Amino acid sequence: MIEISDITKTYVDGPLRFQALRGVSFSIDDGEFVAIMGPSGSGKSTLMHILGCLDTPTSGAYALDGRDVSELDDDELARIRCEKIGFVFQAFNLLPRATVMRNVALPLVYADVPAEEREARARKALKAAGLDEAHYAHLSNQLSGGQIQRVAIARALVNDPSLILADEPTGNLDTKTGEVVLGTFQKLNQEQGRTIVLITHESDVAEHARRIIHVRDGRVIEDSKSHTRRIIHHENN
Amino acid sequence: MKIIDTLQETSAALLANKARSGLTMLGIVIGIASVIAMVSIGQGAQRSIQERIQSIGSNLILVMPGFQRGLGFQVSQGRGSARTLTQQDADAIAGLSEGVAAVAPELSGRYQVTAKGTNTNTSVVGVVPAYPDVRNVQIDLGSFVTQQNMLSLSKVAVLGPTARDDLFGTDTNPVGQTIRIRGIEFKVIGVTKAKGGTGFGSQDDMIFIPLSTAQKFLAGDAFVTTISVQAQNQNAMAGLQQEITDLLLARHRISDPQLADFSVVNQNDIVATASSIAQTFTILLASVAAISLIVGGIGIMNMMLTTVTERTREIGLRKAIGATKRDIAMQFLVEAVLLTGIGGVFGILVGVGVSVAIAAFGVLQTAVSLPSIILAVAVSAGIGIAFGFYPAQRAADLNPIEALRYE
Repeated sequence: MIEISDITKTYVDGPLRFQALRGVSFSIDDGEFVAIMGPSGSGKSTLMHILGCLDTPTSGAYALDGRDVSELDDDELARIRCEKIGFVFQAFNLLPRATVMRNVALPLVYADVPAEEREARARKALKAAGLDEAHYAHLSNQLSGGQIQRVAIARALVNDPSLILADEPTGNLDTKTGEVVLGTFQKLNQEQGRTIVLITHESDVAEHARRIIHVRDGRVIEDSKSHTRRIIHHENN
Repeated sequence: MKIIDTLQETSAALLANKARSGLTMLGIVIGIASVIAMVSIGQGAQRSIQERIQSIGSNLILVMPGFQRGLGFQVSQGRGSARTLTQQDADAIAGLSEGVAAVAPELSGRYQVTAKGTNTNTSVVGVVPAYPDVRNVQIDLGSFVTQQNMLSLSKVAVLGPTARDDLFGTDTNPVGQTIRIRGIEFKVIGVTKAKGGTGFGSQDDMIFIPLSTAQKFLAGDAFVTTISVQAQNQNAMAGLQQEITDLLLARHRISDPQLADFSVVNQNDIVATASSIAQTFTILLASVAAISLIVGGIGIMNMMLTTVTERTREIGLRKAIGATKRDIAMQFLVEAVLLTGIGGVFGILVGVGVSVAIAAFGVLQTAVSLPSIILAVAVSAGIGIAFGFYPAQRAADLNPIEALRYE
C-alpha cells in the first residue's frame, strides 16, 4: 500500500544545496508495523514528511493506496492527509484550551463529517487509544503526558486512516509512559490491523515494531525484521 | 469545512483570550460610535439651522439696502447701512404681480428703552400690519399694530417676550402700561409669542411699533431698512426675485446691476448656504471619527498578526490533519470579521446612546440617520476583511512542517 521508489529530496537555500534523501525505495504492506530508525541528520524526518504527504519528493515516485501522490499540489495533499493519514507528534500538538473530545474530533471537522456523527467516532477512537472515559470532557492541558499522547493517538485514529505516522511519539515521555504508548500502538496493530510507521532514533523504541528500516545519510542501509522484538503486555487498557 | 464549524473554532479562539479580544474590539466600538454620534450631531445642527431660518417666515424674499459705489470709488459704507429703500419701493413691489402674497417694509434700529425703573437696549422695529403674516410672528397677549395705528402715527408698542421679560418681569401682562423709547412714551398694546433662539439677533428680543411712527419720531426720515416680500408659493420665488431686482433697478435709475444699491435675498438661498456650511461641518466631524475607526482597524490587524504568530504550531497541526489553505484563511478572516462585527454592533449602541444623551441634555437636537448606521455596519465589516486579510493570508501560507517545528 505504500510504495516508494528512488525518492530523493534536495533542499535549495540560495547557493546551498542539501541532499536529504539520495534515492530511497521500499514498500510497506497493509497491517505492517514498521520503525524507521536513524540518527539525527539521517533524513528520517524528511522521509516522514514525504510519507505523511506534508512535502513532496524532488524526484522519485510515491504511491499511497495505489495513487501517485508525489506531484500533488497543497490542497490535494491536504485532502490526502485528511483521509488517509493519522499523525502522532513528539510534541503532541493538542489545542490547549479545548476539551479532549474537541481535540479528537478536530480532523472530522476538516473531513466534513456531519456534526452529529463526530462524538460517536471520537469516542470510538478514544476507546481504541485506551483513554479512560472520565477524561473525555477534560481540557487537554489538565492531562498527564501519557494521557495527552493517547488523545493524540485517538485523534490520529478518528478518520480511520490507512496509515498512522508516529514521529518520535515517546520523545517527550518518561520510559514507563513511553512503554504504555508503544503498547497502545502494538495493540492497534495487532487487534485492528492498523498500518503504523514509527519514526525514531532510539533502537529501544524501534524494537517495538515488527520491521525496522535503518536510514543513514539519506539512504536505507538495512531493512529487516526486528530481531529482538519487545512486546508490551497490557493488563488494563 | 462548513461555516458553522469555522464560527465555532473562531469563537472558541476569541473566548480563549477575552481581555485581548475585548480591548481590540473597543477600538472598533469607539470608532463606530464616534462616527455615528458625530454624524448625528452634524445632521442635528443642520436641521436646527434650517428650522431657525424657516421660522422667520415662509417663501420669503428679503430686500435690503446695499451701498452704492461711485465710479472709481471702492469705498463701501457697509452693506445694509445705506438709506436707499423707501416706503414707495415697498408699495411698488406690492403692486408688482400676483406672485406677491404680502409685502412688509420695516425700519429697525437699536434704542435704549425704559419702563418704570428698568432699562434695556433692544431692537425697535417699525412695522406694518402685514408683518406678523409675512414674518411668522404670533400674538400672545393684546393685539398687533393696526392700519389705524399706522395712519394716526400712534405711539403704541408690541413687545417681544424677551423684551417684555427685561422690562416688566417674566410672564407679566404689560398691556396698557407705558414704555419710553428714546424718551418718547409708547403704550404697550400686545406681546408676541416666543419663537425660540437666543443671543444676539434673537427674534424675541424686539419691540414692534408702527412703521410711520418709527419714521417720524425715531428715524426722522422716510427710508426703510428691510422689505420682506412673501411669495405666493415656493415656485414663484426665483421669478419674483428677478422681478423685484429689475423693478428696483428701474426705480433707482441704475443701469448696471453690479452697481445696485440694494440686495435681494431669497430665503431658499440662505437655507442652502447655511445647510452647506452645516454639511461641511458634518464631514469634518465624520472624518475625525473615521480616523479613529482606521486606528481601530489597525488594532485588529495587530492583534491578528500576534495571534497568527502565537498559534503557528496550531496552524501547522491543523494543516497536518487536513486543513486546506482556504480553511485556515477563512478561520482567521472570520475571527477578524467577528471582532469588528461585534464591535460594530456595540459601537452602534454606544453611538446612538451618546446622541440620544446629547439630545436629552438639551445641548442639541441630534438626528441618528439609518444611512449612517448602515454605513457604519458596512465599514466595520469592511475593516474586518481589509485588516484581517493579510494576517489570514499569512497564516494560510505557513509551511506545515516549519509551523509544526515552530518554538
